[in-house]
Amino acid sequence: MKQKIKEEIYRCIFAVLAFSSLVFLVGITLTLLTQGLPLFREVSFMNFLAGTDWYPTYDPPDFGALPLIASSAFVTLGAMFVCVPLGIGSALYMNEIAGYRQKSFLKPLVEILAGIPSVIYGFFGMVAVAPLIQRIFNLPTGLTALTGSLVLGIMATPTVASLAEDALSFVPNSFREASLAVGANRWQTLVKVVMPSAGSGISTAVILGISRAIGETMTVLMVTGGSAVIPRSFFQPVRPMTSTIASEMGEAVFGQLHYNSLFALGLVLFFTTLFFNIIAEYISSRYRLKLGMGR
Amino acid sequence: MENEVEISVSDLSFYYGKTKALKNISMDIYRNRVTAIIGPSGCGKSTFIRLFNRMNDLVPGTRAEGRINIGGLDILGTGVDVVELRRRVGMVFQKPNPFPKSIFRNVSYGLEVKNVKDKIYIEEMVEEALKNAALYEEIKDRLNDSALMLSGGQQQRLCIARCLAVKPEVILFDEPCASLDPVSTKKIEDLITELKKDYTIVIVTHNMQQAARVSDYTAFLYFGELVEYGISEKLFTVPADSRTEEYLSGKFG
Ligand SMILES: Nc1ncnc2c1ncn2[C@@H]1O[C@H](COP(=O)(O)OP(=O)(O)OP(=O)(O)O)[C@@H](O)[C@H]1O
Ligand SMILES: [Mg+2]
Repeated sequence: MKQKIKEEIYRCIFAVLAFSSLVFLVGITLTLLTQGLPLFREVSFMNFLAGTDWYPTYDPPDFGALPLIASSAFVTLGAMFVCVPLGIGSALYMNEIAGYRQKSFLKPLVEILAGIPSVIYGFFGMVAVAPLIQRIFNLPTGLTALTGSLVLGIMATPTVASLAEDALSFVPNSFREASLAVGANRWQTLVKVVMPSAGSGISTAVILGISRAIGETMTVLMVTGGSAVIPRSFFQPVRPMTSTIASEMGEAVFGQLHYNSLFALGLVLFFTTLFFNIIAEYISSRYRLKLGMGR
Repeated sequence: MENEVEISVSDLSFYYGKTKALKNISMDIYRNRVTAIIGPSGCGKSTFIRLFNRMNDLVPGTRAEGRINIGGLDILGTGVDVVELRRRVGMVFQKPNPFPKSIFRNVSYGLEVKNVKDKIYIEEMVEEALKNAALYEEIKDRLNDSALMLSGGQQQRLCIARCLAVKPEVILFDEPCASLDPVSTKKIEDLITELKKDYTIVIVTHNMQQAARVSDYTAFLYFGELVEYGISEKLFTVPADSRTEEYLSGKFG
């Protein structure tokens, strides 16, 4: 009898722990909705998403978020060009080319990089990357979309590399042996057998890397300058959604439209990353299914 | 039929790091014969046959001494084209390992990586390989289905077809029936007997009855040493070495 009660108590504790993430998710969504939606009583949804002027403190204020959304997209896209080749390249090198000793040294290195706080990447961007960009391209300021892309890309690389490496090491060695045994060389084995088998795992890695880049705040705030205009080139300062929220939250007054508009930006971010994560989850669950059938 | 030597092994030793896994093995393997390699687990059977197609190259820190001559070529030499060698010496593994591709693409893979472009030729070769692997009739209507949909025994025959499609001279089987049911095992055994008309076959097996059924010659390895090698019938009935006798009696229970 006593034993039964004890078991029941344990069950409850773990159930509570397990469901807490659901509670948090609902809580976060509700917060964003209750604080963000009031904006749309005054500003139409279209004007918010497609408006080109962001002057939240003017009278009358403008809440056109397009420059911010475009800035986020710009910087994220740029970051992709950095983290996808770097991340997948490192993963391929670690798993398929490097010997055991090199790998046992490289993999922890990548993991350390993944654990560095983003402010530190921000410092690195401000002190090392920005001046370099300014000098190379002869710009008035080094704080540009390009700088942001580079630093964010470098930052997302370890995530992509580490996850892609996991995906590659998940490919059964028997596939590699089978390929080599019929006279394929290493390169053909890699391109025709290993990469396609790890394909969905690698795409998941890329999506999660991107999703990390989109949501990143501190680094972007420190290295992208911050002018709220629709970016026309990578060489001008930009102002992504995250850094807008971070820098304006201090001056926004609770309950006012400006305050609500920042939460509305948060909603956009939230749904974008949610979208990417759902896609990643979908792909990787299909992947598990596919390999599972091989047993 | 006269016995012709296809593979000649002389004074072969192999090391994993400092461990000597194969000890001064010498033997001749004959063309169009089935040669079985038997011995207790860990005695070096896989290590031995994986030298014939240089599969052990993938394991770092290994070293081979001595010579293996296949069709006039010393295949352990440094200048050997390993890719070319593996086309001549095919291998079928213990666990069926089809690629997660279609049945057709699995069989055509060896030709694809050989850069064969002629579609009609490829189709002919795939069909022929599948027929020779006694699989064609079962799957001819679903060549484009995923190979992973096949049963274990069909998958193993598919792997044999994949190997046949590049027209090797020698086929190495490393415990090909270890994960199969008796019916599938019977099919593979019949197939091996059929294939020996055109190929030289080396098969590693733990199953003594199987070795006795399919092989013409049997080699008994023990702790990396070749203890006894000869005509299967003789080795299984009147073994020359006491260790062979002990092993066989232990196995037969
Ligand atoms: N990659 C490796 N690194 C180090 N030692 C190895 C490696 N592979 C095999 N060995 C060792 O070499 C010896 C022979 O192994 P091998 O796999 O050839 O045996 P086997 O006869 O095929 O055994 P089984 O019947 O279990 O398949 C064993 O002692 C094994 O521990
Ligand atoms: Mg073995």
